[in-house]
Amino acid sequence: MLMVAALYMVFLYVPTEAAQGIVQRIFYFHVPCAWVAFAGFGLVAISGVLYLWLGQDVWDDLGYAAAEVGMVFCTLVLITGSIWAKPIWGVWWTWDSRLTTTLLLWLLYGGYLMLRAAANESPNGARLAAVVGIVAALDVPVVIVSVRLWRTIHPAVLVTKQGGHGLQDPRMVTTLLVAMAAFTVLFAWLLMLRFATLRMRARIDRLTLRLALAEAAAQDI
Amino acid sequence: MENFGYLFAAYTIIFAVIFIYVMFIWRRQQRLEEDLRGLSRRVDEVDRKAAIKSAS
Repeated sequence: MLMVAALYMVFLYVPTEAAQGIVQRIFYFHVPCAWVAFAGFGLVAISGVLYLWLGQDVWDDLGYAAAEVGMVFCTLVLITGSIWAKPIWGVWWTWDSRLTTTLLLWLLYGGYLMLRAAANESPNGARLAAVVGIVAALDVPVVIVSVRLWRTIHPAVLVTKQGGHGLQDPRMVTTLLVAMAAFTVLFAWLLMLRFATLRMRARIDRLTLRLALAEAAAQDI
Repeated sequence: MENFGYLFAAYTIIFAVIFIYVMFIWRRQQRLEEDLRGLSRRVDEVDRKAAIKSAS
């Protein structure tokens, strides 16, 4: 319902931005994608710390699920940003600080996912992946403040250099907030689904091992 | 309506990627259910063999 409301607001309720025209409406889903991607990567770092501290598999699985869902949304951030850039900047990509740090974030979590997949059930591999997940999360605040720290052509929509935000109409703010709520719910749902499959996989693997032992014992009788 | 194609492409890609990811999770769940059915069959087999052995 929230997603339907967000789509209605993006296409029918919010006024068209004067300078950029209709293509500015990409922003209402581009920013929420970034928000949930950052939330996902933050969760990877928190889960990584808890896994290293407590050593419980549940935190490793939660970190893995959060990284995977976060990657989906980070990929969407890069794609939608590129589609917006073409008519506004005239290029699909430029090595701007915001774009570059976001691409770096995508590569770091791509590395985390590859490492985590290769680690399979090895505790050492999972611990190493947790460390990578924590270190990679340090790039999230860099992405957020990059428009304030360096010279950039990326619009500082949420936090401008002068403070405040770059949205001129209150309807734009409302639309963005509704879209962010819709994406937060979508993110939580996908995370829950993926986390549940990982936990189920772990349980099935444990049961398979126990059953193999029981079968071997039954043959020995 | 200038640049409508870009707007359309962006929203289509967002929903297509999310749909593909949901399908990916759904397929994994299907595989887990198959594994569970396989496990269940193996448990029945072990039970059956144990029952035969204890009877003999």
